[in-house]
Amino acid sequence: MSIVSAEKDFDGLSLVLVAEFDAPIEQVWQLWADPRQLERWWGPPGYPATVEKHDLAPGGEVAYLMTGPGGEKSRGWWRVTSVDPPRSLDFTDGFANPDGTPDAETPTTAVQVRLAEQHGGTRMELRFMYESRGDMDQLERLGAFEGIPQSVGQMDALLAADTRSSDE
Amino acid sequence: MVVDVLTDAEVDRVFHALADATRRDILRRCMGGEPSVSRLAEVYPMSFAAVHKHVAVLERAGLVVKERRGREQLVRTDGDAVGRARRVLDELEAAWRGRVDRMVELLAEAPEPERNELSTGGGG
Repeated sequence: MSIVSAEKDFDGLSLVLVAEFDAPIEQVWQLWADPRQLERWWGPPGYPATVEKHDLAPGGEVAYLMTGPGGEKSRGWWRVTSVDPPRSLDFTDGFANPDGTPDAETPTTAVQVRLAEQHGGTRMELRFMYESRGDMDQLERLGAFEGIPQSVGQMDALLAADTRSSDE
Repeated sequence: MVVDVLTDAEVDRVFHALADATRRDILRRCMGGEPSVSRLAEVYPMSFAAVHKHVAVLERAGLVVKERRGREQLVRTDGDAVGRARRVLDELEAAWRGRVDRMVELLAEAPEPERNELSTGGGG
């Protein structure tokens, strides 16, 4: 079982995803807490992630990079705001420059992860929040959430975004 | 709100423009701000002319517009902000559905720690 609900709030600029797993909470927590596991699910197919720094403590940092098929690298970071294993993790996710420093010109996403035992398995709630509509606009063009627009669906979104009604 | 249908040639231009990592990076830098071409040229280990060429490809695809301001040529994106929030959240959702699917796969292959206290050497 995976995603059971997705709620979008276009005014509040947030998304809440709920997933259910047939696995103990501790095991689901390890997906986040163990960098070797994290790097196996973070990057999309063809863009494996390498987690270079992983400090899940308040104020701690996670640094990762994703490598594309052409060898291109896309770096990102998390700043952990709070953590309570194995139930909750809050962090800010952002893009990094090639040298690994946070890219101040690109927006960040606030992410809240909540895990709870449920029916012998685990319920995971993910909440994503943007500060402003400008941030969202910017992220959309980034291809954003996986670093690179790779699927036709994502391409379609970009195409739609860039369609203009003025020329004839 | 009128939405145009892009021609095949236009679609090709967009795909071509987005197929290059530098151009994707330029695009994202043009999102919030309006960097000048020379400012962009400082960011990449390539000549001003090469960066200028990348910007031209993005411009032909309709992804950015160039605007002369004084001596500078500013590059910016534009478009319909209303539909964007929706698309951004759709895209975010799609990306995380992929991540959750991969989580499910990982959980399926990982041994359950409690039951595995005594390692079962082989079998099965």
